[in-house]
Amino acid sequence: MKLTELTIAAARDGLAAGDFTGVELTGAHVVAMEASRPLNAFVTETAEKARDMAVASDARRASGNVGAMEGVPIAIKDLFCTEGVKAAACSHILDGFTPPYESTVTKNLWCAGAVMLGKTNMDEFAMGSSNMSSYDGPVTNPWHADGDDAKRVPGGSSGGSAAAVAAFAAMGATGTDTGGSIRQPGAFTGVVGMKPTYGRCSRWGVIAFASSLDQAGPLTRTVRDASIMLGAMAGHDPKDSTSVDRPVPDFEASLTGDIRGLRVGVPKEYVVDGMPGEIEALWHQGVEWLKDAGAHIVDISLPHTKYALPTYYIIAPAEASSNLARYDGVRYGLRVDGESLQEMYENTRSEGFGAEVKRRLLIGTYVLSAGYYDAYYLKAQKVRSRIAQDFHNSWETVDAVLTPTAPSAAFAQGEKMDDPIAMYLNDVFTVPASLAGLPAISVPSGLSSDGLPLGLQIIGRPFDEETMFRVAGVIEQAAAFTARPQFITREA
Amino acid sequence: MSLDKETVRKIASLARLKVPDEELEAMAGELNNILEWIEQLREVDTEGVAPMTSVTVTVPALRADRVTDGGYVDLVLANAPEEVANFFVVPKVIE
Repeated sequence: MKLTELTIAAARDGLAAGDFTGVELTGAHVVAMEASRPLNAFVTETAEKARDMAVASDARRASGNVGAMEGVPIAIKDLFCTEGVKAAACSHILDGFTPPYESTVTKNLWCAGAVMLGKTNMDEFAMGSSNMSSYDGPVTNPWHADGDDAKRVPGGSSGGSAAAVAAFAAMGATGTDTGGSIRQPGAFTGVVGMKPTYGRCSRWGVIAFASSLDQAGPLTRTVRDASIMLGAMAGHDPKDSTSVDRPVPDFEASLTGDIRGLRVGVPKEYVVDGMPGEIEALWHQGVEWLKDAGAHIVDISLPHTKYALPTYYIIAPAEASSNLARYDGVRYGLRVDGESLQEMYENTRSEGFGAEVKRRLLIGTYVLSAGYYDAYYLKAQKVRSRIAQDFHNSWETVDAVLTPTAPSAAFAQGEKMDDPIAMYLNDVFTVPASLAGLPAISVPSGLSSDGLPLGLQIIGRPFDEETMFRVAGVIEQAAAFTARPQFITREA
Repeated sequence: MSLDKETVRKIASLARLKVPDEELEAMAGELNNILEWIEQLREVDTEGVAPMTSVTVTVPALRADRVTDGGYVDLVLANAPEEVANFFVVPKVIE
């Protein structure tokens, strides 16, 4: 088997057994990363750094010092600050910004022995569901539909991370998820995408989009790999007051395969107009898989589900308009001069931000402005309470919730571009768990009739990633998803 | 609540964004579409519901008021457009 085809778990065993070295493993992935260039998944390649880190990893191993991700080459979303390596959130406004510090999540990964291959493409400031809003250009999904060569989007905003993992160019990748930005690209590219409970991972050094929603998480090819990688990313950080001070469990140990007696909820509201029947069919199939494994299926209602998306499109832009106020052309990044100070700000921000970011900044500014705050922002915060309460109520009768991840498979590049609301609807099934701060994972579970990957989502109780992983592991095993993207099979 | 061109101009100015006159109309249309869609939240009964400001119910942690970080001027200034004597040199921002 090629080294790039190993799972993180298998690589860990192979490295431990001395079947290959960390340098060899990283070398194979650097070659794969370079071969993946047509996808535009990486915006910065750090091959030299990767080799140095792999050499250091092998030396640590030789001295008996082995971390949970020792020698594993991974990709990092461009939203994470990485010391000495450009981080621009794929925005023009952060031109030339090289962070002099490391985000806590990436620091944790390096401390666990992981090796950085490079930085991945994303929607600008993580605002998007297609990766089309990146200043560095779109990412091509390694999958395309049968008999249709149209380039597909990898989803977003963590589109580059998802594409890199799907194309076997990285063993795993970090993503961030504000309303679905890990899970939806996971579903679109046939990989596992996991968002932990809000507070599980530190947000320090992660370029902020909507602070009450942003969470880092892993994209990997298996549920086990996600459990290993999350374990290395998570943990309390005094530098982020929203990171929670509680022990990080051994997530991998939760993958027992035994869900007998577990109660899994199926919310009747997770159906939208125009959703292909095959997605509903896959969902029913998922229910059958869980029943066969001994779970009790419980029909539940999450009555405020339909309001999650409009709530999100008040709260997230409002927080973004505040967070992105810092990009003013004064101390770093792009500056476009003007006749006055106001004009310099306006010129810089108008040239530096793309269309979708500007749209959200305008919405956010409007809903926070005098006279509209109560009608929009305060109202949205109250509806958010209702949505969280829906889940809270359901935990009395269920231990986890099963839904589809997205209402469609990957669409073609350029589609939905002139209709923001159609684009936003991609996140209809992922946003509710984000608003409630719950852990959720997308598991590749099948193919559409035209051969594109589809995902199922498992949502867990707050800080109960373990049950969520356990159910995800059962879905993964039953689905036995082994299909590969054309980008790989054609090359082979 | 429908946005007109003047309101878009005002919001853009508050957001420090420039929307050229010829684009105001189209931008107003786009924003109105989004706001109309958001209007459905009015249907939700939120009488007596507390606004959710955070998903983590934690007591803010206290720490000793000590300097535990710092002392690296070079790193702080690494992305400065211009520097003189350990200061950022920037356009005048106080009028």
